[in-house]
Amino acid sequence: MNTIILSAIWGVIMMFSGVFVKKSTTQKYIAITGILVIVAFATIELLSGQTFFDFNTRGMIKTDVYNLSFVWIAVFSTLLYFLLSGSEIEKVGPHIGEYFALLFFIVCGIAIAATFNTLLMLFIGIEIISIPLYILTGSDKRNLKSNEAALKYFLMGAFSTGIMLMGIAFVYGANPAGSFYIDNIQIGTGHMSVLMALGLLFMLVSMSFKVSAAPFHFWTPDVYDGAPTVFTSFMSTIVKVAGFFAFIRLFEHAFGTVQDQWQKLIIIITIATLFIGNITAVFQQSVKRMLAYSSIAQAGFMLLALFALNEKAKDGILLYAAAYSFATIGLFGILTKMEDYTIDGFNGLAKKQPILAFATTVFLLSLTGVPLTAGFQSKFFMLMAAVENGNHYWIVVVAVLFAAISAYYYFKVIQAVYFKEPNLSDTSSEIFISTPFKFMLLILVALIVVIGIYPEIIIGWRYR
Amino acid sequence: MDIKLYIILAITLFTIGMIGVLVRRNAIIIFMCVELMLNAVNLLLVAFSKMHALNPSLSPTVASDAQIFVFFIMVVAAAEVSVGLAIIVMMYRNVHTVDVNFLNRLKH
Repeated sequence: MNTIILSAIWGVIMMFSGVFVKKSTTQKYIAITGILVIVAFATIELLSGQTFFDFNTRGMIKTDVYNLSFVWIAVFSTLLYFLLSGSEIEKVGPHIGEYFALLFFIVCGIAIAATFNTLLMLFIGIEIISIPLYILTGSDKRNLKSNEAALKYFLMGAFSTGIMLMGIAFVYGANPAGSFYIDNIQIGTGHMSVLMALGLLFMLVSMSFKVSAAPFHFWTPDVYDGAPTVFTSFMSTIVKVAGFFAFIRLFEHAFGTVQDQWQKLIIIITIATLFIGNITAVFQQSVKRMLAYSSIAQAGFMLLALFALNEKAKDGILLYAAAYSFATIGLFGILTKMEDYTIDGFNGLAKKQPILAFATTVFLLSLTGVPLTAGFQSKFFMLMAAVENGNHYWIVVVAVLFAAISAYYYFKVIQAVYFKEPNLSDTSSEIFISTPFKFMLLILVALIVVIGIYPEIIIGWRYR
Repeated sequence: MDIKLYIILAITLFTIGMIGVLVRRNAIIIFMCVELMLNAVNLLLVAFSKMHALNPSLSPTVASDAQIFVFFIMVVAAAEVSVGLAIIVMMYRNVHTVDVNFLNRLKH
């Protein structure tokens, strides 16, 4: 609750800061102050369970330790994102205050989507996330690629919203309790009614759209490629895991009792996502596009949590949110400093910028899932959850095989960084990297390694 | 009236909207088709609300939830229109067309 209210208020403050504060650096510091305040209040709420804004939401928003830990991870990742990429946001255009305002509104939407208890709040949360993202995608107004990405994202997003609403309407009509509360959807035993099954299917399709799971992923590479790189960083990490959290929360509470009836669908989606994400990423030349496909591939792993839907899966999605967000935010942060987005652009980075090269390596190793990194722990928890679920063991084998394929395209970048000679003909190869940026990268690296050794610091909140 | 008729009408409207999104190439028309989908949902929600209100085992206040939902859909749709039209205008300023077939630069 703290996060929802404070981030909405700070969004408004940021909008006004554009009027009263002329210097862009000052606006950045206002934003960082804001996200620090939000992190502090989210921590208080997580530790004590107390909220400073005690509204009667009629149970439409329900907080517990689990979803508060997710909100904490989301706002903390946003803090890291602001500290790492804040100066890049300044370069996108002249309206810095507004970009930050939209980012704060997205954080508000994430907090709603993580704590919703009715289908109404799910819809509003997803929309508060989506609408500012359409604007941020198109924020590079003179760039045709950015325009195209914004239009594509907007049309696809609005379309999937329509599908989700139709699903909600069907579920409401088929629910004998006549309620939108996700704990009060009475499906009964045996086969579902046609309306309920249609509603479930529509919501599954639309949420798959939002998290870019496989048959509905086709907008992702184009949008991630076209959007300004700083905003791609935000939407492919924090927003994406928030979408997953909402997806899992919805299906656990509303449709968890009939899991055996939709589990096969999830298996198909998971394997298709893993297949398309990993195989297509192998052929990409641009690192930005490769990361877009890798985000689809990682979505396949996160779908395992939806397949398993047990306590381990709940731990796993928290770990995955942290591990995947930290690593990908760091990688995109490095990518914004590069002039050439192709893999050849990373050639010989180790000689020019050893710290950047080291950080790139750790982030990529974490995404691959090498032990001692956070990525390993998150993948491990996901696979353990899938095994504990009891049926369809073979999906674990498939997931591990695809994780092995992912090593190929991640290591290709590492190889370029360490074992290839820098392009000598390239005169503009001297990139200036500020010391705070390097420092933030090292903090991210440290976080990834620490989570890789002690995953309890992320999932331990639930078991205090 | 029978609820089935409302369901059929809403699904028909929804399908027209969906086919429009998939078939038409003009961004504005696609956008109108999305709005048609949302309005089909509004109709269906109001019809279901009435259906639940006539159900004697439910309290009428519970059944009116869906009518509040419809207001939220309208508000969100309005917000989406403002952003969507802005994006389409921005696109038009740069390429002087709103044809989505133009959107192929990212493929290469």
